[in-house]
Amino acid sequence: MDYRKDFPFLDKNIIYFDNGATSLKPKCVIDKMNEYYLNYPSNAHRGDYSISIKASSEFENAREKLRKFINAKSTKEIIFTSGSTESISTVIYGYFMNKLKKGDEVLVTKAEHASIILPWYDLANKIGIKIKFIPLNKDYSFSIDNLINSITPKTKVLSIAEITNVIGDRRDIKKITSICHKNGIKVLIDGAQSLGHIKVDVSDSDVDFFAISAHKMLGPMGVRALYGKEELLNDLDPIKKGGGMTISFDNKDSIIYKELPYKLEAGTQNIAGVIGFGEAIDYINKIGIDNITNYTHELKKYLVEKLKKLDNIIIYNENIEGSTVIINIKDVFSQDTAIYLDKHNICVRSGDHCDKKLKDEINITNTVRISLYFYNTKEEIDKLVEVLNNNNILEESLGI
Amino acid sequence: MNNELKRELIIENFNHPVNRGLTNNKDYLREEKNNSSCIDHFTIELKLEDNIVKDIRFDGEACAIATSSLSIAISKIIGKTKEEALNIIDNYNKMIKGEDYDKKVLEELSIFEDVGRQPARVKCATLGILGIYDLLNK
Repeated sequence: MDYRKDFPFLDKNIIYFDNGATSLKPKCVIDKMNEYYLNYPSNAHRGDYSISIKASSEFENAREKLRKFINAKSTKEIIFTSGSTESISTVIYGYFMNKLKKGDEVLVTKAEHASIILPWYDLANKIGIKIKFIPLNKDYSFSIDNLINSITPKTKVLSIAEITNVIGDRRDIKKITSICHKNGIKVLIDGAQSLGHIKVDVSDSDVDFFAISAHKMLGPMGVRALYGKEELLNDLDPIKKGGGMTISFDNKDSIIYKELPYKLEAGTQNIAGVIGFGEAIDYINKIGIDNITNYTHELKKYLVEKLKKLDNIIIYNENIEGSTVIINIKDVFSQDTAIYLDKHNICVRSGDHCDKKLKDEINITNTVRISLYFYNTKEEIDKLVEVLNNNNILEESLGI
Repeated sequence: MNNELKRELIIENFNHPVNRGLTNNKDYLREEKNNSSCIDHFTIELKLEDNIVKDIRFDGEACAIATSSLSIAISKIIGKTKEEALNIIDNYNKMIKGEDYDKKVLEELSIFEDVGRQPARVKCATLGILGIYDLLNK
């Protein structure tokens, strides 16, 4: 797959292995946003003049592209937000805070991102719900058996990622949702690491809510989305109130909201961002999502095979299928490894990757994360492994 | 000091920092320091008695530059008066910023002189010593 020519950044001879944090953007996405700013830079849904109508039309086209991409039933089920953190919080504060009561249980795992764990902690403090951590398998992946064993009559919500941002295991959302629904449990899935990497079909999986991130799948920063079943979104109290969401508000008791999705999109939207997101979806469709999945999984296998030949490496998730590898160099702090690699123009992430509970399981607070996407190559992996094959990484990281 | 010796000193202080481990004693002032852009985190305790820094302890996890700079700063500052300690810290910060400073005051701490030229490392090199600064001003 030679898609590298579509990514202007790759001309800089920098090896980018931090795709779990954000992906690179193809030129067509950047051009599409420039086109908006240059040719029809107006607000959407606000004007009767032609460029505003054009902006509205492009904005709604992007919504339809996303609907089709995840196979939602209606564009009413697609809400644009400023971040998947906001998407998750919209559901937790706008829906579940009104539905749950003291003692109700929410299931998560210790492999989840802060954007999942922290709002639930907050609800535990505010209304007394109970957070239960489903035990992970020995390889830190999700366990269906442990899910089943964790369910009690008080369990009301399961809140996990489809693919976690550290371990990177893919959870079988269809199977998990089926088990949950049989037990009257609602399912909130964080799709930030999965959409754009694997095929997502919200109708087939029957998931209740699905949080989406544009910038991790070739789209711009500052645009995310939320999928929710129409009947659930209709029952969700908007956590943001402002312009564009109401029909009338004569007094505090007579606020009439617009229909979905506008009811949940208060304030001016990131028009250029949403339009750019639509272009990113077109680009991914052109490549084919299955091709992306197969190629990134092949790259990961190649990376693991190569890394295993080095004697100074600890690999924490070698047997997990996916596109993320987490490692440490023996006796080197992860940040020092990342700074060393930066000196060789290789970008990786070090730290706890916003998952501060995983240390309870993995016994290590921080790692180096190498996260791959379809524009990475085996040649780049060879270069990484060559640079890591060095017994003086710590010394050379110091820059002295 | 040549660069090889500087690196050896840094790595020795990273692998075997002085005074790791907290006392949890109420005679000590206590400060949490986090680096906003990475995982570096220290808890630092400081005991000031009759205007003399009697002891400094720390715990936490951080990179080689952060850990070794705190370790060497602790060795340097214990036994100094509050004013002497603040003068060391002031000169250290000037050095990291690339400003004129008094090398004699810093002694071994001057091995971090080149760190200021690496933007990714500036916060690491100042995290622990700013914790000591905060405690001295409590």
